[in-house]
Amino acid sequence: MADHRLKPITQLGGDTPRKDSFPGLTISERTDTALASLSARQGKPAQFQATAKAFFGFDLPGAGRVATGGVYTAIWTGQDQWFIEAPFASHEDIAPILKKGFGDTASITEQTDGWGGFDLQGQGCITTLEILCNLDLGKMAADSASRTVIEHLGCILICRETGQHYTVYGGRSSAASLHHALVTAARSAL
Amino acid sequence: MIINHPLLGPRDSQEFVYLGDASLIDRPDWQAEGAVDAFYEYLYQRENPAGLHQELWFHEQGDRSWLVVTRNTLTHEITKVELARDVARSRGRSK
Repeated sequence: MADHRLKPITQLGGDTPRKDSFPGLTISERTDTALASLSARQGKPAQFQATAKAFFGFDLPGAGRVATGGVYTAIWTGQDQWFIEAPFASHEDIAPILKKGFGDTASITEQTDGWGGFDLQGQGCITTLEILCNLDLGKMAADSASRTVIEHLGCILICRETGQHYTVYGGRSSAASLHHALVTAARSAL
Repeated sequence: MIINHPLLGPRDSQEFVYLGDASLIDRPDWQAEGAVDAFYEYLYQRENPAGLHQELWFHEQGDRSWLVVTRNTLTHEITKVELARDVARSRGRSK
C-alpha cells in the first residue's frame, strides 16, 4: 500500500477545530459530522417512505423540519430531499451506507467535504444571526432548518435549540468567508 | 416584496429568482402536427397583461422549488402562490 503522508485539516485549514468565544456565544468549527443528500426517486414514494422509516427508525421530517434518532439526523432541504448527518468517526463512508439501505428508491450523494459547518451556542445566537440572515429566528422552533443567505453565501441554518444552539452549513470553499462573517457579526452584536 | 411560499410561509423576494411567464410550463409536443408553429409561439410570443399575471419564480436561496406566482402587474399585489409541480400535474404533466 502506498505510504500517503496526508494530514487531515479542518475547513479553516487548521489542525484542530477552531473555537471563538464571545460574551454569551461560542462559535465552533464542526468537523465530526458526515453529510449526505438523500433524494426520493420518482414513482416509488410509498416504498421510499417505508425504507426510510425502517432504515432510520423515524419518519423523514416535513417541510422546514429536522428529525433525529439514533446516530442519524435528517434535515429537510426541499421537496423529497433531505440532508443526512451522522458521526464522522463511524460513518465516514455515509453515502454507500445509505445507498445500501435505500437501493434504487433514492439518489444519494456524499456531501461531507462540500460543506463547512459552524455551531453557535449560547444566548447570543439570535442577536448575532439576526444581523446575518433574514429568517424570522424568534419563530424558528427547535428541530427546524432552512436554507438562507448569509453574507451572500447560500447556507443551511439549523435550529437545534431555540435561542441557544444553531448550526450553519456553508460551502466549504467559502468556509473562511462564512467564519469571518459570523465572527464579525458576533463581535459587533455582543 | 414578500412571497408567501406554500410550504415555508412568507419569504423575502430577494431569496427568489424570476424566470418569466408561467406559460413556459406548457411546452408543446415536438412530434405533434404543427410543432414548428407551436414552438414559435412557445418561444417568442408572450402576453403582456396589465393586471393578473402568472409567472415562474425559483426559490434559489430556499428549498429550490419552482413556484407559480399570480401577481398583479399594476399593483404588484400577489394573490396566489402555488408549487409549479402541482400546477404542471394539474395540467396533465407527469413530472
